[in-house]
Amino acid sequence: MLYDVIVVGGGPAGLAAALEAKKNGAESILVIERDAELGGILNQCIHNGFGLHTFKEELTGPEYADRYIKMLEGTGIEVMLNTMVLDITEDKTVYAMNKEQGYMNIAGKSIILGMGCRERTRGAIAVPGDRPAGVFSAGAAQRYVNIEGYMVGKKVLILGSGDIGLIMARRMSLEGAEVVACVELCPYSNGLNRNIVQCLNDYNIPLYLSHTITNIKGKERVEEVTIMKVNDDTKQPIPGTEIKFDVDTVLLSVGLIPENELSRGVGLEMDPRTSGPVVYENMETSIEGIFASGNVLHVHDLVDFVSAESAKAGKSAAEYVKNGAADATGTISVKAGTGANAIVPQKIRPANVDKLVEVFFRPVNVYGTSAIKVMAGDKVLSTFKREHMVPAEMEKIVIPKKFLEQVEGNEITISIEA
Amino acid sequence: MTELICIVCPKGCHLKVDEENGYKVTGNGCPRGAEYGQKELVNPTRTITSTVRINGKTARRVPVKTSADFPKGKIFDVMAELDKVDAKAPIKVGDVIIENVCGLGVDIVAAKDID
Amino acid sequence: MYDVAIIGAGITGCSLAYELGKYNVKAIVIEKENDVAVGTTKANSAIVHGGYDPETGTDMAKYNVKGNERIKELCGKLDVAYKQIGALVCAFSDEEVKHVEELKARGEANGVQGLEIWDQAKVREEEPNISDEVVAALYSPTTGIVSPWELAIALAETAALNGVEFKFNAPCTNITKDGDVYTVETPAGNVEAKYICNAAGVYADVVNEYVCKKSFTILPNKGEYYLLDKSQGTLVNHVIFQCPNEKGKGVLVSPTVHGNLIVGPDSQPSAADDVSTTSDGLNFVRTTALKSVPSINYRESIRNFAGVRARTAVHDFFIFEDKENKGFFNISGMASPGLTSAPAIAVDLVKMMGESGLELTEKENIVDTRKVNRFKHMSHEERAAIIKENPLYGKIICRCETVTEGEIVDALHRPIVPTSIDAIKRRCNAGMGRCQGGFCGPRVQEIIARELNIPLADVYQDRVGTRIITGETKEGGAK
Repeated sequence: MLYDVIVVGGGPAGLAAALEAKKNGAESILVIERDAELGGILNQCIHNGFGLHTFKEELTGPEYADRYIKMLEGTGIEVMLNTMVLDITEDKTVYAMNKEQGYMNIAGKSIILGMGCRERTRGAIAVPGDRPAGVFSAGAAQRYVNIEGYMVGKKVLILGSGDIGLIMARRMSLEGAEVVACVELCPYSNGLNRNIVQCLNDYNIPLYLSHTITNIKGKERVEEVTIMKVNDDTKQPIPGTEIKFDVDTVLLSVGLIPENELSRGVGLEMDPRTSGPVVYENMETSIEGIFASGNVLHVHDLVDFVSAESAKAGKSAAEYVKNGAADATGTISVKAGTGANAIVPQKIRPANVDKLVEVFFRPVNVYGTSAIKVMAGDKVLSTFKREHMVPAEMEKIVIPKKFLEQVEGNEITISIEA
Repeated sequence: MTELICIVCPKGCHLKVDEENGYKVTGNGCPRGAEYGQKELVNPTRTITSTVRINGKTARRVPVKTSADFPKGKIFDVMAELDKVDAKAPIKVGDVIIENVCGLGVDIVAAKDID
Repeated sequence: MYDVAIIGAGITGCSLAYELGKYNVKAIVIEKENDVAVGTTKANSAIVHGGYDPETGTDMAKYNVKGNERIKELCGKLDVAYKQIGALVCAFSDEEVKHVEELKARGEANGVQGLEIWDQAKVREEEPNISDEVVAALYSPTTGIVSPWELAIALAETAALNGVEFKFNAPCTNITKDGDVYTVETPAGNVEAKYICNAAGVYADVVNEYVCKKSFTILPNKGEYYLLDKSQGTLVNHVIFQCPNEKGKGVLVSPTVHGNLIVGPDSQPSAADDVSTTSDGLNFVRTTALKSVPSINYRESIRNFAGVRARTAVHDFFIFEDKENKGFFNISGMASPGLTSAPAIAVDLVKMMGESGLELTEKENIVDTRKVNRFKHMSHEERAAIIKENPLYGKIICRCETVTEGEIVDALHRPIVPTSIDAIKRRCNAGMGRCQGGFCGPRVQEIIARELNIPLADVYQDRVGTRIITGETKEGGAK
């Protein structure tokens, strides 16, 4: 069987992509999901804050997933649960397996990658000390607490003030643990302001900025954690600033890494800045007919943006199946100038742009009143004013097609001027 | 004058609330923020999300949320009520699990379908 | 009453158990932890050394060379991951060139085959990522890399199938002697035996002195390591050593048998039970390794660990029957090349016990092979076939290492039953990859609980007490 579209991953990215592919004329669509249910990471994100853009309501993660799962019903989109994709080849064959159907190879005219991301671990940040039980990545603890209903500890210290760490500070407190501190390496928090209020302040949990964990002690379980202040430039611990906490649990919220093993396996061109595939304006990767969206492409902050991006990918896949490869004449590379990082898309094919291109990136620092400049060589194509930008919040700019037509070379640069 | 961060939506506007001037709010990006600013100083409320036990085919917990906000000081009273629940599967998104929890005028509502 | 009690289920104890399992001998291994290979055996460089390093005439030299061949043979028979990738001992100066030439001569005197001195051009050709400062190197073709815990497990499983018993969670707290019968006391019950093999690793002197006069002192020495992602595993093709010094063989850089890159160890005296990593130790390892392989990308590190080795003041093993206590055998001081040597020492130790009076009649119909299914290494056809035969092989549990439920359930039903998440990791590799068990850990936990019929909360991360789940949410605990 040759599917029009095979979607790898049944989380928010895969669901939105599959639906939009269907709406745009793709006939046979298969969503392959490794877990026992659709919804991906949303199933364990039981807090609310999802859907304000997409549905104009504030929903919890499972409710947001439920909306998409219900939309899938009656569309004829096929779903394979408990099925792991092991490999993808350049001819768009997907090798997948499950208990009932065994080892399969499934052919697609197009593929949409929506595998999401994994968490950075203790080993990756080399926290010294003993290696007792009780050290979890925040997401792993979240799964135990929110899906299974188990507590993973009684006295908790959290490293990382990104949203996952902050959300877990609240969850652990609500469910009966004492969270003694949230510790953040940077001089500013990486999570949403609202989460500082409703996850830390509400529960009287102190936030230690410019600090990190320098030792974990414990025989079987964690017993004591030492934190130290760091030099904001070198990030090295400052001697004499040790603070010790008696805790039995450490939650690490120290970064997400797009899960691109399959992408590397099929030979996609990768971007080390995003840790995801290089894509064109329509989410197409360096192999025609293979698209990527959501956290596998670049780590997002809001699921609403994941859904919008994935809808783009779904539409593009359907169009690819109908019309074939896009016209790549005059492809423009989008480069990062001062202040901007992790730019998506990395390439724009002007002939394939309908009216405008949405470009996403992250500022490398905290900015107050500033301007985002889009330049082609020395020429300023466009300037966008901002009041406030932080690395924790992905920025979006919209470049109208007519500005692209003014590009003489084959490169534009996005930079930030304070 | 109290400075607050609005928690109504992910924008997190920086509010200034003048309690000596009828709790007038500035810095809000929308009307909900003005409402929040005053409420937070006079009668702070929150919504909460958590899980309750359920006898599902594969799930032992169902995620739940409060149907509306309620006084912040009652959070752990509500949590204690949730701990008493043994919900029965099947359950659908939106099903009321506890009506008028702790007499606060809000319900506990299921956030996921569980078989 | 047992003929032989072996104290310690590390590589030494398991090697002894394996050899004794071939005879009609009633033997038991007494281990303080809840699994085999939980001590030094699981936290070392995993190198099967060539044998040029130990002083000629020592037991270390003799058993290193014999062990090198024996491990290759055992890994083949018992389906244990092993690769003979060879080693380079790098010289950065004329003085060091002299040193590696001495090592070559010493190796040849020890009986090591195939040693060569490579000049700079040859080194660079074979190792494009090696430092430009390397001027020459000793090439040892017989050096290999192995999975040391897998070897210990394979030896133990085979011994168990041949009738050797294993007693876990049984730290030896005392040994008494009555006539020619030893009684090993443990909180899990006492064991009586005529012969004792002291293979207690970093605690061997403590165990020895329960009965015997002090004849050696263990000086525990800690070494810290980095383990890097597979993307770094092809940086070098051989085990890359720097010139050894008085502290030991120094910081090495090597592919692992699973495709990762291992970097380490340093060398510091420590307490016997201290396996913590330190920022000083890790910094030393990190910077010293860059001397031989400057392009190591530590951002790809996935794990740090430390192991404690049982050094003594003498650069040799202590393999002997106590003079005053017949039947009490020490196999201790098993620092490098302890791992390489243990399987060969075990062969001779059994002979020594025979000479001391242990009756050794060969057992009939022993098990001496092992085959483990590893989905990751199967072809498409083999995979399709095994899933048809056993649908549990159709579910991937560990995504990073491609490990299926079938393999995990199989491991749960082999002898030496794994009861913890890390015990499964040591048998199946689930949790060894870049996410370090973040995804598969809870799933492995569920499978263990289901197959062994124990509560989920009682499935530990590794050793007893390494609890993952502390209770239910709320549990009246919400204030």
